[in-house]
Formats: sequence, structure tokens, C-alpha cells
Amino acid sequence: MTATATRRGDKKKQKLEDPRSTEEISAERRKGRMGLYLILPGMIVLALFFAAPVLVLLSMSLNAKPPGGEIGEFVPALEFGNYVTVISAYWDVFLRSFIFALIATVAALVIGFPMAYLVAVRLRGRQLLQGILLVLLIAPFFSSFILRTQAWKQILSDEGPVVTVLRAIAILPADGHLTATAFAVVCGLTYNFLPFMTLPIYANLDRLDTNLLEASGDLYASPLTTFFKVTLPLSAPGIFAGTLLTFIPAAGDYVNAALLGNNRDTAMIGQVIDSRFFKIVDYPGASALSFILMILILALVLIYIKRFGTKELF
Amino acid sequence: MSKQNQREMPRDPAVRALIGQMQRMQLSRRKVLAGAGGLGLAAFLAACGTGGKSGSSESSKVAVTDLSESEKKLAFANWTLYLDYDEKTKKYPSLQEFTKLTGIDVSYSEDIDGNDTYYGKVQAQLSAGQDIGQDIIVLTDWMTDRVIRQGFTQELNHANIPNFKNLLPTLQNVDFDPGRKNSLTWQSGYAGIAWNKAKLPKGLRSVADLWAPELKGRITVLDEMRDTIGLLMLQDGVDIAGTWGDTEFAKATDTLKAQIDNGQIRQVKGNSYKEDFISGDAIAGIVWSGDLTQMNFENNDQWEFVIPEAGCTLWSDNMMVPVASPHKTNAEKLMDFYYDPEIAAQVAAYVNFISPVAGAKEAMEKIDPSLMDNPLIFPSDEDLANAHVFRSLSAEEETNYGSQFQTAIGA
Repeated sequence: MTATATRRGDKKKQKLEDPRSTEEISAERRKGRMGLYLILPGMIVLALFFAAPVLVLLSMSLNAKPPGGEIGEFVPALEFGNYVTVISAYWDVFLRSFIFALIATVAALVIGFPMAYLVAVRLRGRQLLQGILLVLLIAPFFSSFILRTQAWKQILSDEGPVVTVLRAIAILPADGHLTATAFAVVCGLTYNFLPFMTLPIYANLDRLDTNLLEASGDLYASPLTTFFKVTLPLSAPGIFAGTLLTFIPAAGDYVNAALLGNNRDTAMIGQVIDSRFFKIVDYPGASALSFILMILILALVLIYIKRFGTKELF
Repeated sequence: MSKQNQREMPRDPAVRALIGQMQRMQLSRRKVLAGAGGLGLAAFLAACGTGGKSGSSESSKVAVTDLSESEKKLAFANWTLYLDYDEKTKKYPSLQEFTKLTGIDVSYSEDIDGNDTYYGKVQAQLSAGQDIGQDIIVLTDWMTDRVIRQGFTQELNHANIPNFKNLLPTLQNVDFDPGRKNSLTWQSGYAGIAWNKAKLPKGLRSVADLWAPELKGRITVLDEMRDTIGLLMLQDGVDIAGTWGDTEFAKATDTLKAQIDNGQIRQVKGNSYKEDFISGDAIAGIVWSGDLTQMNFENNDQWEFVIPEAGCTLWSDNMMVPVASPHKTNAEKLMDFYYDPEIAAQVAAYVNFISPVAGAKEAMEKIDPSLMDNPLIFPSDEDLANAHVFRSLSAEEETNYGSQFQTAIGA
């Protein structure tokens, strides 16, 4: 109690007797203004390449088809009915996309955390091994996303090794298959976004002070308790960043569902937007869907930040 | 002033218009910049509402100067694996020959990977009357119909295409382009059924055979509406070239949806269905004829293709000169070149689709006599009688049916 009081008092004193001269203070201010100028290019880029397209998207989503109009012909309007139409037609696809993304995010966390822990904490000091494992972690990025997903199609195919083994041990029925199932889509999502989960957690755990773990042990905490009371809370910012980096792109992903899914129960919102835009040439509908997706992700992320957000990040 | 005129004008029509304006009005630099800003803003606003101006071919057509005389070049956008290619030299032999003959340089690109996607890519520019940087594009019948109707093409001068006379009579008058004023067939093909000979020794005869219980989950069909629905409608006894309507379409769509929902049809795909055949996930399905020939060639003759008893669909891909292309005469020369029977045979021997050029069969004797009897390249009259063209759809029907089809296939 007294300690806090003293500290507070110190602060006040400092403020009262600022040792800096007025010149130093104005130099400081100029530096601050300089910072503003420096972020200006970034703001312009954002305005040009983010704000403007979003506005175009919004105005397009409210366009209407003129009576007897040609394919691809739409006139500016305020047609809010577009939103009602696409929501009533595709709410289930939105729900499915978020469920798939959620499962993939949790799965990536369960797989990615131990990987990051191994490299960052357990192998600390053994730089060569650490380096090799890190490269292996990033290696998938060296080849094309599409090709890797395509490869999974081959691995999981009916004549492939996975299905043969699963059938032999009767986990899959004799006519069962893995490609063109929801399982394959979620696996694809998990695999493809795993590095986005692992790397932020690694970056965080790399700074983990192992003395704290020792201290916890000295205080008779079991390894499990130490993990849940010390390691996990300290790595929260990494987990937080990782889950966001996985969930957001996974929810809007198009490739995995298109390559590993079927036409019955695995369609994700990205596929629907693609088909409304290119196949049906319904630009307003596709824009409305994109806009809804953006709002939903934004809302979910905001709730998440409010609930679990850490000061270090936001 | 004269110096300015001697310089080649930029290709962008917006910039040309601006230069023209400058020369006429002798504007000050500041005013021109303001004008450019205004033009940009106008273009931006125009991009917000989308073109496709209905029936307004005049308004979207910009007067284009044909630079074919001075610029001996041409850009040709086509589909993948659709022109004879020499693996060793990494060149297209027939194009080299064309360049040798005419002195016209062709920049050939395999830019078109789907009718819808390509249309989506270029429609904004075409409806603004802008040059898309291609002088020949190749699209399937129904998309050709749409593109011509929307005034996105230039009329061909048949005087520059004397070999036009070699076009097969059945293709000379099509309902979407009477007299072939705007388009010329590149290749044709069927959509029919195929199966893996080892896995299904007894084979298939009709589309209904695809619904056999032992094929559950091993069927793939095409995501091209006119081919899949067309075959289903033919199975229902509908004349797809005739005057069918909503009921017939709905019946076929219901069949498709039922077979997807009960798991009989595993995938509905575009070009990538070939991978499912090769990996073994698909044993049978609805496929394109030329693909089968190529797949068999590369994979030891594993599959067999037939025209279903009830008939198959016949489609063609057509060459067109997009609006604002400044090399129309060069493009016409190239079309003429590929309508030479010998050249047509050279292409057919590589792409394995139906050649639209009369006399190509006879010319094939010199290249590869074994292909002369291939019914998928040179169909018999009987086969052709059994092949049907899906009728043209109005804009409203196209949106409506397209939407129903996409819903049925779950996307």
C-alpha cells in the first residue's frame, strides 16, 4: 500500500519538475509530428486499396437488375433486398464455413502448440536442430498452396494408402471414402493454415523465461499445473495471434472446399461467392455475400478480442 | 504537331480520346490534367454500375482503326492444350508456319480456362469498348452467343477468309450467329459417357446406367450446365435443340440433385474431373470426348467413351475478334490459315477434337493415317445425327436456369 503511494507521488513530482528544457520538449513534439507524416503513405495505401474497394463493393451490392436487362447488366440503386435474398439462401453455408474454420483452428492449435513448444523451449540452445525444425515448419510455404492441396487429394484418394489402411482395419467401411467429405475439407484447412498458428506461438514461446518454469517447480507445482498456470497464460498473446491468423482466412477459404469437398454438404462461402460472381453473373449478390462475410468476421473477431484480448496486442 | 502525329498512338482508347481532345482544343496542361481526373472518375463510376448494355451494340462499339497493315502482329488467347505443340522445341509448329507465310508475329497464350471466368475477367473492359489486348478469343457456343449479343465482337470480313468455304455445312448457319458474321468454329466435341474398362468390364450404354448401385459414389459429372443437363434431358426423351421449357429443365435438375443427395454422384467438376478418373476416385461419368482420347494416350488406354443411346451434346468453341482489337485483318488471315485442310489436320492430330474443316480427314492421311478412323475426330454421319446442340437461351432463361443448376450442384 505504501509502496504504491510512494510511486504515485514520484510520478507527480516528475511531472512537476520536468528536467527537460522547453527546447527539448518542442523537439520531442516535432518528432511526434514527423511520425504522423511517416504513417501518411500507409494511410493513403489503405484508403486506395482497402477503403475504396470496400466502398465499391458496398455500392455494387446494392445494385439492381433493370427489367429485361442483359446478363451482367446492373444499375446503381439501393436494393437492400439483395441482402435478404442471399442471407435466406445461404445462411447455412455461412454457418458451415464458420464451424469448419473453428474446428480447423482448434485442431491447428492442438497440433501447432506442441510443435512450437518443442522448437522454442525444449530445444533452446541447440541452434542447429532448432534451425532445421523451423525450416521444416516453413517449408510448406515454398511450394504452391494449390499443389499441396491437390497432393492431399491424391493421398486421400480411394486407391491411396490412407483409405486402404483405414479400410483394412475396418475404420472405414469397404465402400467408404475420404475425398469429397467434410472430414477432408477440415483436414485440408488445418494443414494449410497450421504454419499461421505455429509461427506466432513459436515467436512468443521463444521469449519464455524458463526460470519461471523452474520457480513454479520449486513451489511444488506439478508439470501439468506449471503448464496451465505459467506457460499457457504467458503464451496467450501468441495463441491469440495464431488463432486469428488461422480462423479469418480459413472462414473465407475457397480452395480446400473446392478441391477436397463435394457438391452436397461441404460448400463453403468462398465457393458460393465464386459461383454467384462467375457462373450466375450476379455481381450484386456476390458483393452482398462478400460484405456480409466481412461484417461477420469483424463481429466475431471483435467479440473474441473483447473476451480474450491481451493488452500486449491491443 | 506533325511530330506528334507521326508517333504511334497509345492503345488505350481513353488515352487516345484524350490526345484527340488535346489536339483539337489546344488545352492548357492544367485543364488536361483536370480532364484526365474527370475521365478517371467517370471510368470509376462506370465501373460501379456494370456494362453489358442490352442490345446497344452501336453505343458500345468504338470506331477502331485497323493497324494490321503497319503492325504485323496478333495476340491469340485460347484454352489449354488446344493447339499443336512441339515438346522438344517448346514452340507451336503451325504458328511458326503462319509467321513464315505472312510475316505476322503471333503472341499465343493459354489464357482461357473457363467461359465464365474469362467472361468475368474481360466483360467490364469489353462493355466499355476497350481493347483487352487480345485479337482473337475462343469461347464456347453459348458464351459466343452472349458475347455477340452484347456487341463485344467485330464483324468479320469474309473476303479475307477465302477458306471459309471449308467450314462444315452444319456449322455454317448457327442460331447465335447467322451466316457466321462474327465467329468461326475452332474445334467441336461431344459430351458423352465414359468408364474405366478394368473396373467396369460390362460398360455403359445410357446415362441411366450411371445410377447403378455398384457405382455409388464413383460417378463424376461436368459442371457445364448444357452438357450435364443436356444429357439428362436427352435421357428423358427431350429434344434439347427444340422448344423445351421450365418443366423439362426442372425434371432433369431434380434427377441431378437426387443423385447428388443420395451420394451416387461424388463430384460435379469442370476440367479437373480428369484427375478423379486418373486417381481412381471416379469409375464412370459424363465427360468430354477429346479429353478421353488424350487421357487414354497418356494412361495406357484405360477408359472407353460412348455416345449414350439417347444421344449426346455437341458443342463448338468459336474464334472471335473482340471489340476494339486493332488487328482484325491479321486475325482474319490467321483464321483463314487454320481453315486450310492440311493445317486443320495438323491441329486435329494433336488436340483430338472434332475438326470443323472439310477436307481435314483426307489431309490427315499424310500426317497419321491411324487417326482417320477415329470417330471422335472425324465423326460418322450416324454419330453426328445422334449429337445435339443445346438450344440458345434468352438472357432471362440463362440467369434463371444457371441459378437452378448451381443450387442443385450445391454452390
